[in-house]
Amino acid sequence: MTFEPKILGFLCNWCCYAGADMAGTSRMQYPPNFRIIRIMCTARLDPTFILKAFSEGADGVFIGGCHLGDCHYVAGNYKAERRVKLVHDLLGELGLEKERLMLKWVSASEGERFANTVKDFTSTIKKVGPSPLRSA
Amino acid sequence: MSDEPRVGIYVCHCGINIAGVIDVEEVVDYAKTLDGVIVARDDKYMCSDPGQDLIKKDIVENKLNRIVVAACSPRMHEPTFRTACSEAGLNPYLFEMANIREHASWVHMSEPEAATQKAKDQVRMAVAKARLLEPLENPRVDVTKASLVIGGGIAGIQASLDLADQGYKVYLVEKTPSIGGVMAQLDKTFPTMDCSACILTPKMVDVSRHPNIEMITYAEVKEVDGYIGNFKVKVEKKPKFVNADSCTGCGQCADACPIEVPNEFDYGLGTRKAIYVPFPQAVPLIYTVDSENCVGCRMCDNVCDPDSIEFDQKAEEVILEVGTIILAAGFKVFDAKRKEEYGYGVHDNVITAIEFERLINASGPTGGKLLRPSDGKEPKSIGFIQCVGSRDVTIGNPYCSRVCCMYAIKNARLYKEKHPDAEIYIFYMDIRAFGKGYEEFYQAAQEDYGVKFLKGRPAKIDEDKNTKNLLLNVEDTMLGANLEMEMDLVVLSVGMEPPEDADQLQKVLRLSRSADGFFMEAHPKLRPVDTLTAGVFLAGTVQGPKDIPDTVVQGSAAASRASIPMSKGEVEVEPVIATVDDEACIGCRICERVCDFGAIEVVERKAKVNDVLCQGCGGCAGACPTGSMQIRHFSDKQIMAMIEAAFEEEK
Ligand code: FES
Repeated sequence: MTFEPKILGFLCNWCCYAGADMAGTSRMQYPPNFRIIRIMCTARLDPTFILKAFSEGADGVFIGGCHLGDCHYVAGNYKAERRVKLVHDLLGELGLEKERLMLKWVSASEGERFANTVKDFTSTIKKVGPSPLRSA
Repeated sequence: MSDEPRVGIYVCHCGINIAGVIDVEEVVDYAKTLDGVIVARDDKYMCSDPGQDLIKKDIVENKLNRIVVAACSPRMHEPTFRTACSEAGLNPYLFEMANIREHASWVHMSEPEAATQKAKDQVRMAVAKARLLEPLENPRVDVTKASLVIGGGIAGIQASLDLADQGYKVYLVEKTPSIGGVMAQLDKTFPTMDCSACILTPKMVDVSRHPNIEMITYAEVKEVDGYIGNFKVKVEKKPKFVNADSCTGCGQCADACPIEVPNEFDYGLGTRKAIYVPFPQAVPLIYTVDSENCVGCRMCDNVCDPDSIEFDQKAEEVILEVGTIILAAGFKVFDAKRKEEYGYGVHDNVITAIEFERLINASGPTGGKLLRPSDGKEPKSIGFIQCVGSRDVTIGNPYCSRVCCMYAIKNARLYKEKHPDAEIYIFYMDIRAFGKGYEEFYQAAQEDYGVKFLKGRPAKIDEDKNTKNLLLNVEDTMLGANLEMEMDLVVLSVGMEPPEDADQLQKVLRLSRSADGFFMEAHPKLRPVDTLTAGVFLAGTVQGPKDIPDTVVQGSAAASRASIPMSKGEVEVEPVIATVDDEACIGCRICERVCDFGAIEVVERKAKVNDVLCQGCGGCAGACPTGSMQIRHFSDKQIMAMIEAAFEEEK
């Protein structure tokens, strides 16, 4: 059986989640590997959420927020950027490839950008393979 | 209500939008197996009345205390279903949605099995969160029925009058000695050619006489504390050294004053005394001593009949309590010196458009006669150069200032009216004549007045040292020809920039600004005068360049928006905000530092959240090292439960 990665996405309500909605309204087709958790802003992202997702068996974790300067709460995405960087540095120590964690800015009108991001990230994770943390 | 979750799940077909791809029956059957689920049903259209009735009936009959709807995006119908819940007596925050349309059926149309699996997973995740949902109440706060308007230009004047006429108390704070703003400096206004002062000054007088308006001029907003409904504003009144109550505005003091300095109202083209009013129709008509230039000779004091001169006046602080704030701080005229190639400030006969306005104004420094600065002669040829400081990435202003085309055409016509033989050229990139009557006004300038429009702007302006005439090297892009032209006078059509004190205002009001530096509205189309700070509104050019009609519209719009919470008398605030577990909080202050809204304060080693200031972004919760800072409705527990649920199948 081919490897179908499980990817968890945390999307901010105002931009990336709305961008994902836009991809849907425009009927853009992308791979079905994402599961989505909506948060109000990427600032809500506690680094432990990402670690938890990996320890539960996620092959990839995606964080989607507003473009810098567009955050509904002014600067929430800057906070997210810092925290994601922190976790990125930690991944190696956990035996996880850096490619498994992605942060991207997608605006409410960028349905196509969202669809392409899902495509690209899914194929990246397919290449990297199943997470070594997946309980066998 | 018992704590044991009793969940109801409702899967929507959305006609064939969902059911055409996803096996709804399979999702329903699966949902029935989930922990805490009492009923699971499907319906063709869950959002329809019968669909909603299904939920309401179950809440009552099956004593459901958590509802999950798997349908479209919560951005679409979450409010609909929340209302349905509360109509059935269930707290609306005990509701959760799984998005299986935009995020599943519509994007995986050729993979029905995978889409169905995704729907089942998202439902399981939603149920996991739903089990942990808690009821929330919308807190209410009282709203003080008074408003602060910052800036006394036409936007602030209009907003103040509209609010005051509705019966609200208005404090109008203006940083210069008189209200009126830039509109008071203009001569005629396009496209109707009304004299600017003639239409503005009656409104200024209305402001001064309105029983509900308190003007605070020569003053600045220093601090803003509090939140919608309950702002506390600290305003500093600079000393005028003149008793505002007894000054009659007779002007004998200025006649007696021996000190003459350039008048900033005329951009330094005329002079004023060290005790002055900026212009004759100033409101309030109270003289001000300019302490920088006053030599303290007391000549004014000697002639003042009502004995109004008070040299011992000090700066004074006043605290205002208001429910809403309107920012109408206006704009700054672009500094033409930054475009060195045009020689402004170097060549005598290169002036700016705002200087032109003062020079053709009957109450201006030359009594309305436009004379060349170098020799006092009437110019026989004038070149207007467009887009100076606008649509220019090299100086960081990519935006259009929206008024320069029209005012240049207006000024060209005014000069042509008096001097039909003069050669008038407008050097432009594109003419933007978008308002009501503007295009007609532009056409008439060409056809009836003989104003010449040349598409192309000079690369450089040189000066003939003997005649002081200006030499323009310009490419006519329509003809593709390089032309050498000589002009008696050049007028630079300078654009708008954010006001001088934008940084300070941004800080005290905690507002955002867009890339162009102007203040940012909450939504560019649907909330054009709101800001993201509840209770603070924008009016006029502080939000972006605009002409007088649009500025007046925004003044009224901001007043109308501000009156909503004041007429209601109270506001409901969003309950999805931060909350602290006092037991666990160690008072480390990380949350306090991380909050961009000043909503957290650590008191006695415990973080305290201001429910009204908090916007619910979760920045604090994401940073809290002990997990004591939580966001209601998006708590660590709830999110962790969703994460676990997402991978349950794997185990
Ligand atoms: S709201 Fe989208 S990142 Fe803050």
